[in-house]
Amino acid sequence: MFHDIWKTFLGFLQGFGAMSLFFLRLLQYTPAVLVTRFRLVFYQVYNAGALSIVIIMVCGLFVGGVLGLQAYSNLERFNAEDTTGIFAGFALIKEIGPVITALLFAGRAGTALASEIGLMKATDQLSAMEMMAVDPLRYVAVPRFLGGVISVPLLTAIFTTIGLLGSHLVAVELLGVDVGAYWQQLQNALDMEDVMEGIYKSITFGIIASLLAVWEGYNSVPTAEGVGRATTRTVVITAIAVLIFDFMITAWIL
Amino acid sequence: MQQTRTIELGTGLFALLGIGALFFLTTQTTGKNDFSVADTYQVTARFDNVGSLKPRAPVSMSGVTIGRVTDISFDSNALEAVVTFVIDSEYDQIPDDSDASILTAGLLGSQYIGLTAGGSPLYLEDGSEILFTQSAILLENIIGKFLISGPSSDEDGEDD
Repeated sequence: MFHDIWKTFLGFLQGFGAMSLFFLRLLQYTPAVLVTRFRLVFYQVYNAGALSIVIIMVCGLFVGGVLGLQAYSNLERFNAEDTTGIFAGFALIKEIGPVITALLFAGRAGTALASEIGLMKATDQLSAMEMMAVDPLRYVAVPRFLGGVISVPLLTAIFTTIGLLGSHLVAVELLGVDVGAYWQQLQNALDMEDVMEGIYKSITFGIIASLLAVWEGYNSVPTAEGVGRATTRTVVITAIAVLIFDFMITAWIL
Repeated sequence: MQQTRTIELGTGLFALLGIGALFFLTTQTTGKNDFSVADTYQVTARFDNVGSLKPRAPVSMSGVTIGRVTDISFDSNALEAVVTFVIDSEYDQIPDDSDASILTAGLLGSQYIGLTAGGSPLYLEDGSEILFTQSAILLENIIGKFLISGPSSDEDGEDD
């Protein structure tokens, strides 16, 4: 039994090491691809980012709305409903915005990336590229990775802004918190550092989610089942990694 | 051709929205806290007790924020707290005998420095020190006193 655990551990370590090497190779090609193949990156920003706008906006609106609702109903007991803005703003900007955006991105774009690359591998397109002396890492993996890395911070900003709008709609328009108090309290309580914390998180999560999606696709078993498993693993591992990193970044910044 | 156009439009819209949202977050949700170094002047004040005053706390006069606390240190010779703060140069006609007190915004709010104008013809300038100060009122001290002296000293505390 200990032997099995040991083997599992070794397997995990090996996978982690292979992924780190993969990440380094992606980074190595990044400058060249950004300069010479920007069109590919541009197309992936559309694929991963622009096509996710709708889901991000709808989710942001309702997450912000429910935060406003919850904050109001609890703060009302202390006659502190004016601080609804602080509650919703802090939660959205520092935690919920980056985390939920990363999870939604993994679900919407990460799975698409992983299955696309996985299918390319299963249908031997990657091998064909290699035969033509075209490095698939450079033309398939790097643009998708960069597209994700660029998209996630922008999506996070959109999510958070729409979320603030949602909590404004619920708290101010629906429940009657004073509009001046709502924004004034929020602006007084929030510092630039709080916004930057959200931005740092979104950049980190963008790298994590894109790397894992591309890696899982690139590393999938080239069968129908393998592609399916790679897609599932992308969502699961991204969720775990994002939440762990969220905790670590928060602990580090505070 | 049509497809390229859609992609470009979509990406452009996305980038515009994203950058607009970033701009909104960085400028509209944070307070205008940064008094840049160039157009402020520095004033110090000594307090017996600063309570829970923190750097970056606002300095206000008549309820308007005119500056920020930049530094709080302890003078081990005079055994007093030295609070350094900057005031926007726009407000350069504050009498130099104004007094500074540490106040609390609301019952549970954070502490800030409130300046009350004096009547001196001379104005505060860079490096001047405010001589008249009033320390923070510590809620726990008041509660302590109240508990010791009992509610009988309180005139209107009979019944409600």
